[in-house]
Formats: sequence, structure tokens, C-alpha cells
Amino acid sequence: MAGEARDLKVQIKNVRMVFDTRNGEMVALNGVDLDIYENEFICVVGPSGCGKSTLLNIIAGLTQPTSGTVLCNGKEVTGTGTDRGVVFQQYALFPWLTVKKNVKFALEMRGIKGKEADEEAMKYLEKVDLVKFADHYPKELSGGMKQRVAIARAYAANPEVLLMDEPFGALDAQTRTQLQTELLDTWEKDRKTCFFITHDVDEAIILAQKVIIMSARPGRIKEMVDIDIPYPRTQETKMSPRFLELKNHIWSQVYQEYLEVRK
Amino acid sequence: MKTKKSQSRIPPALWLLISFLVAMGLWYLLSIIPVTSRAFPNAVVTIQGLAKMVERGVFWQDLSSSLISVFSGYALGFVIALPVAILMAWYLPVRNIIQPWIQFIRNIPPLAYVPLIVICAGVGRRPQIIVITIACFLIMCVTIYQGVINVDETLIKAARVLGADDKVIFVRVIAPATLPFIMTAVRLGASVALTTLIAAESVGAVAGLGMRIRSLNNSFDSAPMLAYVIIIGIVGMLLETIIQFLERKLTGWQEKREI
Ligand SMILES: Nc1ncnc2c1ncn2[C@@H]1O[C@H](COP(=O)(O)OP(=O)(O)OP(=O)(O)O)[C@@H](O)[C@H]1O
Ligand SMILES: [Mg+2]
Repeated sequence: MAGEARDLKVQIKNVRMVFDTRNGEMVALNGVDLDIYENEFICVVGPSGCGKSTLLNIIAGLTQPTSGTVLCNGKEVTGTGTDRGVVFQQYALFPWLTVKKNVKFALEMRGIKGKEADEEAMKYLEKVDLVKFADHYPKELSGGMKQRVAIARAYAANPEVLLMDEPFGALDAQTRTQLQTELLDTWEKDRKTCFFITHDVDEAIILAQKVIIMSARPGRIKEMVDIDIPYPRTQETKMSPRFLELKNHIWSQVYQEYLEVRK
Repeated sequence: MKTKKSQSRIPPALWLLISFLVAMGLWYLLSIIPVTSRAFPNAVVTIQGLAKMVERGVFWQDLSSSLISVFSGYALGFVIALPVAILMAWYLPVRNIIQPWIQFIRNIPPLAYVPLIVICAGVGRRPQIIVITIACFLIMCVTIYQGVINVDETLIKAARVLGADDKVIFVRVIAPATLPFIMTAVRLGASVALTTLIAAESVGAVAGLGMRIRSLNNSFDSAPMLAYVIIIGIVGMLLETIIQFLERKLTGWQEKREI
């Protein structure tokens, strides 16, 4: 362990999450162990309600686990921190701020103010190709554009780990592939550690180095699949034999869990 | 958006004019039908009635007295409602203790409790302001409270993961997210203030639009009475227009809600 500690970004140790509900206790996560290494791209798949979002919220520090610990850079996570950024499915842009001011919000939290923040914000908007929309309000953007702004804002906070909860889940198929490609390009350049939740097995394989399959409630890690397809990956990768092989395997595992839920 | 293609060829200003002319026509009809003519003298007579009140030196006094009461009560009501609504949204004990009584008092017409307040606060402007304050406070408190508890949780989470502390979240997330509800409260409060004014001036007032209408009623002097009623309508519409303008300025970023 000690030798690897330098590369270990996030350690999830025996995390258990129990919710008190009207129908008594509900075990959402039970004994989850996971190591996330620096520069790694991890995708998590699993049936609905298996605790994926709960796990992400715990890593983000938005939720405290019932027991177990999460370490980030070797330090215990007790709340949110700027070392971990989050992209939400529902974009979560501040509707009263323009696109640029949304990005500036993240910069200002880092203590970057005034003209410098303006210039920095435009740089991040350039990366997601939204310079032209800098002064628009979120309501004037399409879903795909909103999520690009949210990604730009998350990057502007300069976190070490990016946590994404089905960020493309609400988008149409075409926009979704487009944003996948953009995210891949970005990641291949900066290799920022990513923890990415999705329902879409194709999306998981095309993006990730490792796909985590979670079991139905109570959620635990069922299997970890190494995606041994080299980068750079493109949408054509989805036609390669290896991709289809992995897809077959992961899909059948997820399907089993899905059946488990229906029982 | 609501108007269909065929209707939208007529510009809004023209519609307004048409609507005005239709109303004037109706008014004229009311003034010649025997049953209604005593309550609705025609426009010329009504304006003369108003002119008479101006000459007697009471009109401006009545108008300013009512406006002072309305604005003081309205402003006070808002200033109290804002912090109380926020406390109710944040602290369960405050909510549990206050909320049932707000609901209770809200269902009592102010006209019913005006005499009680006059007994405590004496005659004159003070009880009027108190009554309007209470009515405005109740409606604005309920509306703003709804706004604060309905702030989208993910926006708070988003701010928190970006590194915002509680103070930043309050000033830069909760406050702007609540602003549309505050503006709605401001609008509802304005109409409640005007409605309550008439009740507030029902006991012990020495001047005021509502008080004057009641005293003119005793002498069956319908021309100035009608003029006063119309003035109250105009004041209400002016307030509404100003507030709507502010609303568009301040909350134009809002996603248009259907309906
Ligand atoms: N605050 C809460 N209180 C009570 N139960 C909760 C709470 N949050 C989540 N749960 C429950 O925990 C379980 C896991 O929820 P979670 O949102 O993590 O699932 P998920 O895997 O993200 O599902 P999906 O794929 O549909 O987003 C669900 O059964 C959910 O009902
Ligand atoms: Mg989820």
C-alpha cells in the first residue's frame, strides 16, 4: 500500500449507508470498497436504485456514510472540498447568472476576482466552444449546451477528481455521443481523475479504463472490468470486436442485477 | 404567444384603446338605464363630482392619507415578513409555532378585527397602518416562505461543491433563487394592501379614499363616490404595472412556467 500511496487518489473503505425511511431502515450501500488511482477514468454501472448516486454523494462529501470512511489524498473526507468537483445530471446551473458568470462563480470561490476571472472564464468557455453564448442565460441554451457549461464550471473549480452523476443521461442520443467525444478528448489531454456514473453500457466502455458493476440493493461492487481498449478512442471503437465482447459481458451482468431488482 | 396569428395583427396599443372605448360605452349605457343610472352618473358628471371634491380641498388630503397608510403598512409588512419567512423555513420550532397562527389569522377578514385594533391604537392613522401591516405581513410571509423552502436542493449542492460556505450560499444562491417568490409576494401584498385599506378606514378615520366613500354614501352623492372608486382602481393598476416592470427587470432569467 505504502508504495502506491502516491498514486492513490480516493480510497473508499467498507462504506455502508443506511437510510431511515417510513418503512424502516433501508440499506442503500453495504460494504463498498474501492480504490481510485490518479489519472484514472472509472465508470460505474448498475440497476436503478442500487446506490450509485449515494456513493457519489459520499465521495463528494455531500452525504456522510453510516459507517466506513472515504479518504481523498490520504485525508478523511468529512464534507465537500474543492479537491472534488461534481457534475449533476440536471445541470444545476444558477439560472439567474449568465453562462460566463456561472463559470466565474467557480473561479471566485477559488479567490480569482475581477478582470482575471473574466479572462479565465472565457478560456474555460472556449474549451467547450460556448464563447458566443457567454452572455446568455441558461434558459436560452439547449440541454447539451447547459451540460457543457456545467462541465466548464466544474473544470474552472480546478478539482483533482471529477465526479459525474449521469451527466449525459437527459440528452438525446446524438448530443450524448458528441459530448462523450468532447469529454474523451479533454480527458486524453489532461487525464483528470474521473468517477462517472451511467446507465449506458456503451458510454461506460467508450470512456472508461475500468467499469465497476454494482449489484442490486443493497448496493455493493459486484465486478470490476478492465477496459483494455487503447486510447485514443472514437465512436468507431464501438464497432470493434473487443468492444462488443466487453459490452456483451457487462450488459449480461447488469441485466442479471436488473432481474434481481424485479424479483 | 397566447394570441393566435389572426388576432395579433392588431397592435396591443390599439387593443387597449378598443377595450377602453367598449368600457366607456358600457358606462354610458349604465348611466341611461334607469335602474343603474343613480349609482352610475355619466363620465362628465363623475369628473365634475371629482372636481368638486378637489375644490373642497378634501381630495388630495384623502388620496395622500390613503397612500401614506398603504405604503407604510405595506413596507412594514414586507420588512417583518422577510426575516420571519426565512426563520420559518430554516428553523423547525419557529415554523411549528408560527405557521398555524398565520393560517388562522389569514382566514379572518380584516374588517372583523379593525375595531379591536382601534380600541388599542386609538383613532387616526395608526390603526390603519397596523391593519394593513398585518394583512400584508401574512400574505407576504406565506409566499416568501414557500420560496425559501422550494429552493432547488441541487443548486445548493452545486454551490457547496464549488467551495461556497453558508454565507455565500445564502447571499448568492438562496437569495436570488427566492427572488421570484419575493416579487410575487410584493405583488400580492400590494393588492392586499389596497383591499385592506377600505377595511382599515372603516372605523375612526378622519380622511382617506375609503373613509370618504363611506361618508359620501350617507348623502347618496354618487358622482364623487364613483370617481373615488375609479381612483382606487387606477392606484391599484399603477402599482401592479410598476411591480410587473420590476419583476421583468429582476427575474427575467426565469424559465417561463407553463400555464
Ligand atoms: N435521502 C434519502 N432518504 C431515503 N432513501 C434514500 C435517500 N437517498 C437515496 N435513497 C434510497 O437509496 C437507494 C439508492 O439511491 P441512489 O439514488 O443512490 O440510486 P442510484 O443507483 O443512483 O439510482 P438511479 O440509477 O435511478 O439514479 C434508493 O432505493 C433510494 O430510494
Ligand atoms: Mg442516481
